[in-house]
Amino acid sequence: MSAPIIEMTNVNKWYGTYHALRNINFTVNEGDKIVVCGPSGSGKSTMIRTLNYLEAHQEGTIRVNGTDMHPRMKDVDKVRMDVGMVFQHFNLFPHLTILENLMAGPMWVRGIAQEEARKTAMMYLERVRIPEQADKYPGQLSGGQQQRVAIARSLCMKPKVMLFDEPTSALDPEMVSEVLDTMVSLAKDGMTMVCVTHEMGFAKAVADRVIFMDEGSIVEENDPINFFENPQSKRTQNFLSQILQH
Amino acid sequence: MLFADTVVGDTGVHKPKVILIMVVVATVIFTLLGLNDTIFGEIMRPVIGEPKESGLFGNLSVGFVLAIILVINIVLIGFLPFRYQVIVVWLQLLALFLTFFYSFDLKIEFIRSKIWFMITQGVFTTLYISAISIILASFVAIFGAIAKLSSNGFAFAIASFYTSFFRGLPLLMQLYLIYLGMPQLGYVIDAVPAGILALTLCYGAYMTEIFRAGIQSINKGQWEASRSMGFGFGLTMRRIILPQAMPLIIPPTGNQFIAMLKDSSLVSVIGVWELMFLARTMGNKDFRHMEMLITAALIYWCLTMVLEFIQSRIERHYRTASH
Repeated sequence: MSAPIIEMTNVNKWYGTYHALRNINFTVNEGDKIVVCGPSGSGKSTMIRTLNYLEAHQEGTIRVNGTDMHPRMKDVDKVRMDVGMVFQHFNLFPHLTILENLMAGPMWVRGIAQEEARKTAMMYLERVRIPEQADKYPGQLSGGQQQRVAIARSLCMKPKVMLFDEPTSALDPEMVSEVLDTMVSLAKDGMTMVCVTHEMGFAKAVADRVIFMDEGSIVEENDPINFFENPQSKRTQNFLSQILQH
Repeated sequence: MLFADTVVGDTGVHKPKVILIMVVVATVIFTLLGLNDTIFGEIMRPVIGEPKESGLFGNLSVGFVLAIILVINIVLIGFLPFRYQVIVVWLQLLALFLTFFYSFDLKIEFIRSKIWFMITQGVFTTLYISAISIILASFVAIFGAIAKLSSNGFAFAIASFYTSFFRGLPLLMQLYLIYLGMPQLGYVIDAVPAGILALTLCYGAYMTEIFRAGIQSINKGQWEASRSMGFGFGLTMRRIILPQAMPLIIPPTGNQFIAMLKDSSLVSVIGVWELMFLARTMGNKDFRHMEMLITAALIYWCLTMVLEFIQSRIERHYRTASH
């Protein structure tokens, strides 16, 4: 078994009086592919956003890549460099071309030379199969293409783990599969991934573990076969019957 | 252009009812102005007799004739396409203003003898004071905006006190406070630096709000994306947020520059040889105030027209470049 890259221990978080995360415990080892699902408002986005400290937790410990995440930490940027994040709404930089979007992180944060950054960027653009869009601006691309660029942008930073926060929820249906294909191929290459998603097909295909969250707590954590065939809790069964009935 | 409806009705000013109302209203207004002792009454002497003794009949006749001329003019302009309407109305209004100026019995020779100095000395000083001030004010505004958005109470307090104070005081008073107040502290400040400082601080306060609004209008997702890649605050601001905020910041900043160009005339009160100062002093010497004031007014107007043109080009550039 390889070393844990993310460890959450008894994590609690409140928004004012609202208890958003309740006693979250889970571990991601190197190479793990984890899918987090649950109804809206269940805290899954909040949970994944605490992992690179876009959200702060109030209780418990989060260790990412050997660093404790806490409000007084000095080297949060260093942790974030190694944690790629893909957002629901892509969040590409609209004033930069696709290529510049991909080169920005390596050049400005990692201090890599322009030529090398360009080479890496083109490599990952080929990988997500849109090298011909390199000189366009994000606004000129379809949603699916933008999300693939966003994935490539994260990969250019050579992250140790990738976080996906509902990467296909804002896409038109016909564009979902192109993004999922990219994610599947990433998983096959051994990338460590934590994905908040409702794409159960993706979960079945690549996940090592599926985590079901409801009302801020982890209700069930299981391997995909058992999770789908033999869900333990009533709430999981309800949720699955709702999203799989079509 | 606002939203242009595809349904086009009759031209308003060609409807008989509208024409009638315009004639009546214009007649009443012109009559109430009592124009029988002006040049118009003089022209109509054959009809109304001695203008000074024509009373209500004289006023009414003059008013009615003027109203008819005005309304015919409006109706005719109504037939023109948009472009020509704009040109004709501009020329007519301009002609009215020039007539107004001309009625002061201006001495063109006098203007001609002074105008070169007004441009080389006055316009130059006005422009460079404004340009330096707007650049400095932009820097003040960036820091002011960041401070106003910061969660640091100290920074926020200073920035909000600053904007409140300098937006709350008349610019003229700030100018006096700086020019006359600084020497009280033992630091004698020259007129030009004092003027630049006052303009910078005053406009910096207004522009702080412009920059703050521009920075705030950028989607939170942009911050999250860049911070999640390990960008620090400064890097995010410089490379991601400000470049996107600029298209929103630059047009109102252009407006501020135009306003500042004219407000820089206040600096004349502390003796800076800019356009307004020269207009007053050169006119004083020969008791030819109107010549100099009107010349300065026209120069200000030309300058702002040039700046407005440049600003509209910049705005168009950013509109087409937004992807």
